[in-house]
Amino acid sequence: MNATTAAVRAGVARGLIELRQSFTGAELLGQLFWPVATLVAIFFLRDRRFGADGITLGTFALPGVLGMFVAFGMLLVIQSLAADREDGTLLRAKATPHGIRGYLIGKLVTVSGTILAYLTILLIPGLLIVDGLAIGGPRSWLTLAWVLLLGLVATQTVGAILGSLISSPRGAGYISLPVMGLIAISGIFYPITALPEWLRWIAQAFPIYGLGLGMRSALLSADAVGVEIGASWRHAETAAVLGAWAVAGLILAPIVLGRMARRESGSSVAERREKALQRVG
Amino acid sequence: MCREGELMTTSEELVLDIDGLRMRYGPKDVLQDVTFQARHGEVLALLGPNGAGKTTTIEILEGFRMRSAGRASVLGTDPARGDERWRARLGIVLQSWRDHGKWRVRELLAHLGSYYAPYSTKLVRRPWDVDELLAAVDLTEHANKEIKTLSGGQRRRLDVAISLVGRPELLFLDEPTAGLDPQARREFHGLARRVADDLDTTILLTTHDLDEAEKLADRIVILAGGRIIANGTSDELSRQIAGEDEVRWTHDGQRFARSTPDSTSFARELFARHGDAIGELEIRRASLEDTYLTLVRRGESRHGGELEEVA
Repeated sequence: MNATTAAVRAGVARGLIELRQSFTGAELLGQLFWPVATLVAIFFLRDRRFGADGITLGTFALPGVLGMFVAFGMLLVIQSLAADREDGTLLRAKATPHGIRGYLIGKLVTVSGTILAYLTILLIPGLLIVDGLAIGGPRSWLTLAWVLLLGLVATQTVGAILGSLISSPRGAGYISLPVMGLIAISGIFYPITALPEWLRWIAQAFPIYGLGLGMRSALLSADAVGVEIGASWRHAETAAVLGAWAVAGLILAPIVLGRMARRESGSSVAERREKALQRVG
Repeated sequence: MCREGELMTTSEELVLDIDGLRMRYGPKDVLQDVTFQARHGEVLALLGPNGAGKTTTIEILEGFRMRSAGRASVLGTDPARGDERWRARLGIVLQSWRDHGKWRVRELLAHLGSYYAPYSTKLVRRPWDVDELLAAVDLTEHANKEIKTLSGGQRRRLDVAISLVGRPELLFLDEPTAGLDPQARREFHGLARRVADDLDTTILLTTHDLDEAEKLADRIVILAGGRIIANGTSDELSRQIAGEDEVRWTHDGQRFARSTPDSTSFARELFARHGDAIGELEIRRASLEDTYLTLVRRGESRHGGELEEVA
């Protein structure tokens, strides 16, 4: 077995261990909070009809919400990078042969697994709550699969870049504010066509809108397309935007991460601990 | 331990070969002309007051920090260009680890060990068997505990176990007993001594505690103000500076005391001159602590106020 294979295997094992840790004991309650709260919101929207097409707001929102939770992967990566730098986890990885590689693969597995768990928690009860989802055909699952894959890569690599640039857990907290803003304008809970044109353009440049649109195209029936921009699912545009973010992320993330990891040392960890203590004290 | 069949030969006697190491932050040199060597199997202590540049030095040698100038060879490789294969031959215990709190002791040790499997050879099995290693650091009964529930001393023993899991040829211990209570400290000293004796591992440790350096190290390098001010065994260091021994004796029932740099020849002369009239001879050698404090004071005054600002 060569060292790279060992690191990949160790990384996957690491990801699964941390995934188990984040879904056991007290952690589980925290993990369930947001998906359950979202389901409650969808429950109350299940009978609200809008537009002339006759689908309910709940049916419209559920696929978009799945897309939104994929985008949360970015925040998860940012938060755990900040925490792992502060407590020395990253430095430990650096002190281990091919440890940084194993660490990153582990992070990807943990966050992807967490997202998949969220999607399952949302989708299975969601199917019982709302009517009119079209999940029968292989086309639905195929679309869901590529949107999910591009979305996971795009949001997590971008998360890794931002997480490398932000050095404190506090900074990682601030980054969720603009993300919430993007969610608000990305047509997750209400069709984006209701927004002014300039806001629509901003929303379309970011992956959250594409994730929502792609998920709707996978899970809604064909006649639900009426409320979308240009009354089209625009698969090509969705793939282009998500793909562009994914490619940019894949190119930049190793560079930015490498630069960040090179700077890690015992004294930089100690320095951050000092700062953290000063904040508390 | 037999070292044949290693990935790289360790026939080179010098595990650490540092020459003229310099570290400069802006206009300030925090390390200047740091030169020392460590031979295979040796335990070397880098001793100095806080801010002397110990951590900077060790981080350069760990490959975590770039030096400004000078030559450094760690296991035959320049640490600035050390690859993963080189890294697999090092063990590192840093000042304070708080990582992986949610992991279980055995789980983390097995996980980190798996990275070393590709570096296993017929003669040196890597990683170290986890249960054996847990027994060696006396953590067997805590194997399934979450790491965040360990006491300070247990956590430090786990850190040592982690640093050893790849069976390193060279071990770095940066202020390993900082923050430990006296009991945990003593246990740690025993463990470090066993590692040095049984595993034939070369160890570089930093400490500001002379007593610790004396207990653990074969040789002590004293760093003050970013420069090496002394280098030798504790006996050599005591002799190197003119520490004054104290000699007490009685002459015809009358008490005398005198400080002298060479108590042996002083006593010889005393007997030669007065013979049987001398009684109750008592010689107190300058303690290493006196020596150390004198050296540090000298080292610091040579560089004026600069030391205070050195991080």
